[in-house]
Amino acid sequence: MYQLLFFVFAGAAVGFAINLLLQRHPIHSALSLIGVMASLASLYLMLGAEFIAAAQIIVYAGAIMVLFVFVIMLLNAGEEERTQRSRFAKYLGLPLILLLVTSMAAVIYRQVPQDAMVRFGDFPGRTADIGRRLFLNYLLPFEVVSIVILVAIIGTVVLARKDSETEGPGKAVVSEK
Amino acid sequence: MLSEYFSAVDFLVLKPVILLTLFGVGVMLTDLLLEERHRYLSAVTALVGLGFAGVQMWMIQSQMRQAEVNELEAFRGAVRLDHFGIFFFWIFLISSAIAILLAIRYLEIEQEHHGEYYALILFATVGMILLAIGTDLITLFVSLELMVISVYILTGFLRRDRRSNEAALKYLLLGAFSTGILAYGMSLLYGLSNSTNLEEIAFAISQRPAGDPVVLLAVITVATGLFFKVGAVPFHQWLPDAYEGAPTSITAFMSVGPKAAAFAFLLRMFMLPLGPAREQWLPLLIGVAVATMTLGNLAAVSQSNVKRLLAYSAISHVGYILLGLVSGNDTGLKGIAIYLLVYAFMNMGAFAVVVAMRRRDLIGDEIDDMAGLMYKSPTAAVLMMIFLLSLAGIPPTAGFLGKYFIFLSLIESQHFTLAVIAVLYVAVALYYYFRIVAVMFMREPVDWELPTLAPGIRIALGVTAAMTLIIGLYPEPFIQIVSRTVLP
Repeated sequence: MYQLLFFVFAGAAVGFAINLLLQRHPIHSALSLIGVMASLASLYLMLGAEFIAAAQIIVYAGAIMVLFVFVIMLLNAGEEERTQRSRFAKYLGLPLILLLVTSMAAVIYRQVPQDAMVRFGDFPGRTADIGRRLFLNYLLPFEVVSIVILVAIIGTVVLARKDSETEGPGKAVVSEK
Repeated sequence: MLSEYFSAVDFLVLKPVILLTLFGVGVMLTDLLLEERHRYLSAVTALVGLGFAGVQMWMIQSQMRQAEVNELEAFRGAVRLDHFGIFFFWIFLISSAIAILLAIRYLEIEQEHHGEYYALILFATVGMILLAIGTDLITLFVSLELMVISVYILTGFLRRDRRSNEAALKYLLLGAFSTGILAYGMSLLYGLSNSTNLEEIAFAISQRPAGDPVVLLAVITVATGLFFKVGAVPFHQWLPDAYEGAPTSITAFMSVGPKAAAFAFLLRMFMLPLGPAREQWLPLLIGVAVATMTLGNLAAVSQSNVKRLLAYSAISHVGYILLGLVSGNDTGLKGIAIYLLVYAFMNMGAFAVVVAMRRRDLIGDEIDDMAGLMYKSPTAAVLMMIFLLSLAGIPPTAGFLGKYFIFLSLIESQHFTLAVIAVLYVAVALYYYFRIVAVMFMREPVDWELPTLAPGIRIALGVTAAMTLIIGLYPEPFIQIVSRTVLP
C-alpha cells in the first residue's frame, strides 16, 4: 500500500514536470507546476514531514502560483514562440541528462539499504520541533533571510523605477499649480 | 534581551554585521530626503557605516587578544569568528569602500545616481562577512544568496544600458542554476552526516570507505556550484558578459569582494567537510585549475575591450589561486590569502583607471580609448602601468609576492609540471597587459578630453597604488599577518 502510494505520487510529480516543459501556453505550464507541488507535498506527508507538506501547499501551490498567474495575466503572455535552439542542446541535451540522472540514481540506489523504509513519524518533523530548531540552531540564518527578502524588494524597486523623476505623477501635479 | 536563544557572545560577534545592516537601511531612508546634487552624502553615510564596522571589528580583535582566545563560536556553531574570517573581513571592507568611492562621479555621469547602490553594497558586504565566518550549511547558503542577489541587482543597475540588462539577466539565470546544483550537493552532505555543521560533516565523511561513490557525487555537485561562483573554467561563461555589462565600479567590486568571499567559502568547504575526500577531488581540481589558467590567458589575448580583457585575466587569476589549494600545504594556503589581499588592491586600481576613462560622451572601455593616455594624464597612465605590472606578477610590485608563494608551494609539494605551466602563462599575461601599456604610451591621443579624476577616484587610486607598491617593497608585516591567519 505504502509503496503503491509512493509510486503514484512520484510518477505524478515526474509526469506533471514533463508536461510543464512541453506545454506551450504559460497558463498550462503554471497549472502543471501546481500538480508537481501537490505531488511533492503528498510525498513529504508520507515521510512524516507534515509541516513541510503544509508549507509546500500554502507557499508554493498557493502564494507563488497566484503570483505567477498574475504575472502571466499582466504581461498578457500568449503561446510561446519556439526559437532556433542550438544543435548541441538538440542532439546531445537529452542523452546527457539521461546519463547524469541514471548514474546518480545508480549511485544512490546501490548505497541505500534495500529493505529499510521511512515511515510516518520516523523524523522529529512536528511543527514544534521545527520551531525550536529554527529559533535555536538556525536563529542566525532565519534573521539573515529577512535581509535577503529586503534586498529582493529593493531590487524590484531599483530595476522597475520610472525613467526620470520629472515624469512621476506627483511631480506633474505640482507643476500644474 | 539575552536568553537561551541569544547570548552575549552571539551579540559581540554579530555587532559589525548589525551595524552594516542598520547603515544600509539608514542610507535608503536618508536618501529620500536628499536633493539630487547632495546624493554624494549617501556615499559618505555608507562609508561611515563601513568605518563603524571596521572599528567594531578592531575592538573585537583586541578583546580576543586580551582574553587570548583564537576563535569565538556563536549561534550554536552557526558562525565561528577566527583569524581566517577576520582576514577576509578586512578584504571585504576595503573592496566595498573602494567600490563606493569609485561610484560617486561615475553614477552621476551615467545619470543613475541612487542611494540604493550604496545600500546594496552594504547588504552584499553583510552576506560576504557571514559567508567567510559561517560554519553551518544553512548559514552559508543564506549568506551566499544575500551576497549574490545584491550583486545581480547591482549588475543591472544601469537600467537604460542594454549591456547592463543583458549581463544582469544572464548572471541571474546561470547563477540560480548553479545555486541549485550547490544546494543538491549540500543535501547529499546532509544525507551523509545527518548534520549541517561543517565539522560534523567532515567527521562523517572521514568514516566512509575510501572511494565511496556517494561522497564523489557530493564532491562533484558541491565543487560545480563553488567553481561557478569563483568563475573557474568550464563554469566561467557568465563572467566576461557580467563584467563587461555591469557598471565599472561594480565590476571592480565583483572582481574582488564577492570573489574573495566565494574563495573563503570554497576553502572552508574543501578543507573542512570535503577535506577527508582529498584524493577524490585533487585530480578534478588540478584539471580545473589548468583549464582556467589556459582559457583565461589565451582568451584575454584577443580582447579589444578593457573590461572584457580584465575579466579574462580575472579568470586566469582564479586558476593561480586554485593552484594554492592543489598544493594544499601551509605555503599554499598562505599564498592564497596573500594573493587575494594583493589582488584586491591591484585589480581595483586597474578598474579605477577604467572608471576614470568614463566621460560625459564617451564610454571609454575599449582599448583604443586608452590611446595616448600618457599625454593626457601621465599620473593615470603610470598608475595603470603599475597595476598591470602587478597583475602580471613582476617585482617589485605586490603581484609578484602572491605568485611567488603559489609557485613555491607547488615546488614544495612536488608539482613541478604545474609550476612550469603556471610560470609559462605569466609570459602570455605579460603580452596582453602590455598591449594596454603600449597603447597608452606609444599611440597618439585621438581626442583631448581628459579622464575624470574626481576626488573619490583620486583617493581610491592613491590607496590602491600605495598598497600595491608597499606590499611589494616591504612585504614582511603582511606575510606575518597572513601567517597568523590559520586557514581552516
